[in-house]
Amino acid sequence: MSSAGDHAASLSLTGVSKAFQRQQPLSERIVERIAGKAQRHDLWAVRDVSLTVEKHEVVALVGESGCGKSTVGRLACGILKPSAGTIEIRMSGPERRSRKELEVQMIFQNPLDSLNPSHRVRDIIGEPALAHGLIDRRGVAAYVAGLMSEVGLDPSLATRRPHELSGGQCQRVGIARALAVKPSVLVCDEPTSALDVSVQAQIMRLFRRLRADQGTTYLFISHDLALVRLFSDRVAVMYLGRIVEVAKTSDIFSRPSHPYSVALLAAAPRLDQRRQRFTPLEGEVPSPLAPPSGCPFHTRCKHVMPRCRGEVPRLRQVAPDHWAACHLNFELE
Amino acid sequence: MAKALLEVKRLSIDAHPGHRLVDDVSFEVGRGEFLGLVGQSGSGKSMTGLAIPGLLPAPCHTVSGSIVFDGMDLAGMAEAQLRRLRGRRIGMVFQNPMSTLSPTLRIGTQIVDAILAHERIDKPLAWQKSRDALGRVGIPAPDERMAAYPHQLSGGMRQRVAIAIAMINDPDLVIADEPTTALDVTIQAQILHQVQKLAAERDAAFIWISHDLSVVAGLVDRIAVMHDGSIIEQGSTDQVLDAPRHPFTRRLIASIPSMVANIDELRASDPDDITYTQGITGDAQG
Repeated sequence: MSSAGDHAASLSLTGVSKAFQRQQPLSERIVERIAGKAQRHDLWAVRDVSLTVEKHEVVALVGESGCGKSTVGRLACGILKPSAGTIEIRMSGPERRSRKELEVQMIFQNPLDSLNPSHRVRDIIGEPALAHGLIDRRGVAAYVAGLMSEVGLDPSLATRRPHELSGGQCQRVGIARALAVKPSVLVCDEPTSALDVSVQAQIMRLFRRLRADQGTTYLFISHDLALVRLFSDRVAVMYLGRIVEVAKTSDIFSRPSHPYSVALLAAAPRLDQRRQRFTPLEGEVPSPLAPPSGCPFHTRCKHVMPRCRGEVPRLRQVAPDHWAACHLNFELE
Repeated sequence: MAKALLEVKRLSIDAHPGHRLVDDVSFEVGRGEFLGLVGQSGSGKSMTGLAIPGLLPAPCHTVSGSIVFDGMDLAGMAEAQLRRLRGRRIGMVFQNPMSTLSPTLRIGTQIVDAILAHERIDKPLAWQKSRDALGRVGIPAPDERMAAYPHQLSGGMRQRVAIAIAMINDPDLVIADEPTTALDVTIQAQILHQVQKLAAERDAAFIWISHDLSVVAGLVDRIAVMHDGSIIEQGSTDQVLDAPRHPFTRRLIASIPSMVANIDELRASDPDDITYTQGITGDAQG
């Protein structure tokens, strides 16, 4: 299964935004129409995100629920279409197929929810490859067995249905299904957070092995900073639909620049902190329906300045390979 | 600690005859003390927590052992008596606040109900008490929140409401089962901060059930580690985390990403999955 070895892809998002329209109750619509101020109620889940995942690279996207990290993942896979901006998949080798979208596959958070409950494992894994003409019907059994061994599943489980498998096994099926169309980029959306910590280690080791064997490129979405530290080359921190900091993994952990990254790292519980006085970041993430003006983080930031309320900070380089969107870094301008 | 507030002695729980979920478990918690009950899913930690206030789901039942709470044995207690203890002297918080809160009642009504179930006071006074309780768990604009329905609140806010309800009648014992597992880290830190404050204000005993050793590490005084229905190790937090005696405890610690330097050191401890991985791909396992 190493045929993908020389086919590496990079993934590049440029100025990507995504808006969702809120379904407005009829009464509200009528009132607004009469008042003559009918307007679109857009929820900007992702705002002006630019991020490149180089070939063979693991870029982690971290942030809290509602920050837009899953939406970025879905945009990268083509499940959602961006409202603005472009998403580009660049192959390093020769074009090997007409449908480039297949190069990017997704692995979902909840393995049981993302598998068809009435299908058997062999159909779940075999169907994508069959549908895209990678194999013919006679080759399905062998192809599925090969993929199952690849992800550490006993091929004798091929006739089982998802509910007959453990959570860890279901996630392996989800991974095998993604691998079935031979992608070069995997977008993993919280792939281990629905699993027991003990199973997490096995799935992470599988990802690492796939990376070593096949040179897979990863966009790895997670809220677990400790896990990200172990697996990723670079980290992008998102807050309220925007990327607030991007840096090499070691730099984010040793020298976080953005106040939100600092708070996020401080809030992560650690085994070596005993009888700790929890000193939390105050408040909650503002509603994306009514985002604050200026810097999205200014409502909770303890370094807030007048400028933060009026002007959205742009991602700017603060050190080599280290970008942050915070006015503090350029206070003197 | 003169005499423990809660003493669980040799407790065993069966699902069906011969199908043991919890086997011969003993521990105690004193007033003002935080006990962490940790283990992976299926280890019996939630069942142990549910057995204390007599909330085991059928057909699970206590087969032997005693649960002595302030001198009373809860294991043999009649349902009517238990009901008077639950929500008043024993508070409970579960992982999913939506399973605790009724989706059709306003937050205020639900907290007031929790008060009036155990105490005969005027409704306006109960409303006042409820509002103050929301304020104490860190909910901004408690007056408005009292009139809100659960679906109008965020996950973190709902869990705060559940904690406010659990603590509303000043319980002596609070059993919290994975209360922050579904929350984001900054919200988790806020809730742990509030719980610590509330605990410091009163002399309640806490049982904090979690699979996450790193959350427990910052919070509890003592840890009991469960595996396959038994407590395999218990002691002070420092003892258990710094000098674990049982190999399973060591593995549980090594399964935490913040404790290892790379993925290879990350340990797996689920026996089922280990055999598959070993048999097929020959992954090294701990």
